[in-house]
Amino acid sequence: METVRKWVQVIIGFLTNSSWSFPFTKTIYQGPLKVICSPGLNCYSCPAATTSCPLGSIQQLLGGLRFSLENGQHYFGLSVFGTIGVLGGLFGRMICGWACPFGFIQELLHKIPSRKFGIPRMLSYGKYFFLLVFVIVLPLVLVDEFGTGNPWFCKFVCPAGTLEAGLPMIFLQPNLRNTLGLLFLNKFVLMILILGWAVFASRPFCRTICPLGAFYALFSKVRLIKLHLDEAKCTNCKACHHVCPMGVKFNESPDDPECITCLACMNKACKFDAISLEIGGIPLAVPDRGLTPASKP
Amino acid sequence: MNQPTRDLRKKRPIRKAPFVVIPVFLLLWLIGVATGEPARVLEQAVQVCLSCIGLG
Ligand code: SF4
Ligand code: SF4
Ligand code: SF4
Repeated sequence: METVRKWVQVIIGFLTNSSWSFPFTKTIYQGPLKVICSPGLNCYSCPAATTSCPLGSIQQLLGGLRFSLENGQHYFGLSVFGTIGVLGGLFGRMICGWACPFGFIQELLHKIPSRKFGIPRMLSYGKYFFLLVFVIVLPLVLVDEFGTGNPWFCKFVCPAGTLEAGLPMIFLQPNLRNTLGLLFLNKFVLMILILGWAVFASRPFCRTICPLGAFYALFSKVRLIKLHLDEAKCTNCKACHHVCPMGVKFNESPDDPECITCLACMNKACKFDAISLEIGGIPLAVPDRGLTPASKP
Repeated sequence: MNQPTRDLRKKRPIRKAPFVVIPVFLLLWLIGVATGEPARVLEQAVQVCLSCIGLG
């Protein structure tokens, strides 16, 4: 199942970044597919991106809300919230585990051999702060003399933008290099710190900063597809705690907002079949460790 | 014949929450589409965002 997940990550990463004409055009894809929101964090100013970034779109729409209202348009970001809300209702943070290129990049970095560290649970609340303040409140409230707000998360934080858009665009358009300043330096240093952190800790950006992960986490209890714990079978052996890339203690918190449904606890850890995947309450899959009843404890 | 983990099939109640949440967001999406928002999203997405790349 882990191989299937990796392939899904690769295929979705490719589908959301499949415009490969940029070495010739020296700019981003500008076709109609960009109206579609990518399910995960994928910068729409990446030269290969074929879809739009939900976080970027929301910030742009909220930042331009006053302007649009003055022109009789009501662009509150409902189409984008609607899209990621439907995805959240269906999959929740399974999107993070299966369909986000930046999550995938962090997983690959974590494979680099090194000493590995945990992340204090308290830091996981940071991402809700970034969602509320940097993605919604600041773009809406802090406006310039024309009534336009900034995309604060994109501008000051997002390492996906720096990695997927900033660096390639600076490479493709050398004239941009003359305009690099403190803003870029800030984002570049943050990107290095976050990517470096991902080598030593599992998915640090997803767990502490990502506003999109925070949004999907809101659906942890109500999403259609999620894991189920059979308490009658759980022996509290805690094996599931040790394999989780998100620091979830599954049997203590089966609807944990951090769970990205990677299925590692179900397939690699629990020997008692206490964990199963369900869709709306109906069991969908059984663990695929290849155990037969005779070989089970 | 082997019956691996079949007791997983034992009845669990259907969870209703997703069937409320998903239509609510679908409705939001429809309202957004009806106001013409996707055209604005597209307009923004086809331009290089200077904030994303760290220049503006
Ligand atoms: S938390 Fe953000 S960056 Fe991480 S996988 Fe989810 S959407 Fe992607
Ligand atoms: S709780 Fe299980 S499925 Fe969820 S992230 Fe942890 S290991 Fe993966
Ligand atoms: S591995 Fe299975 S039995 Fe052990 S604590 Fe986790 S859910 Fe319970």
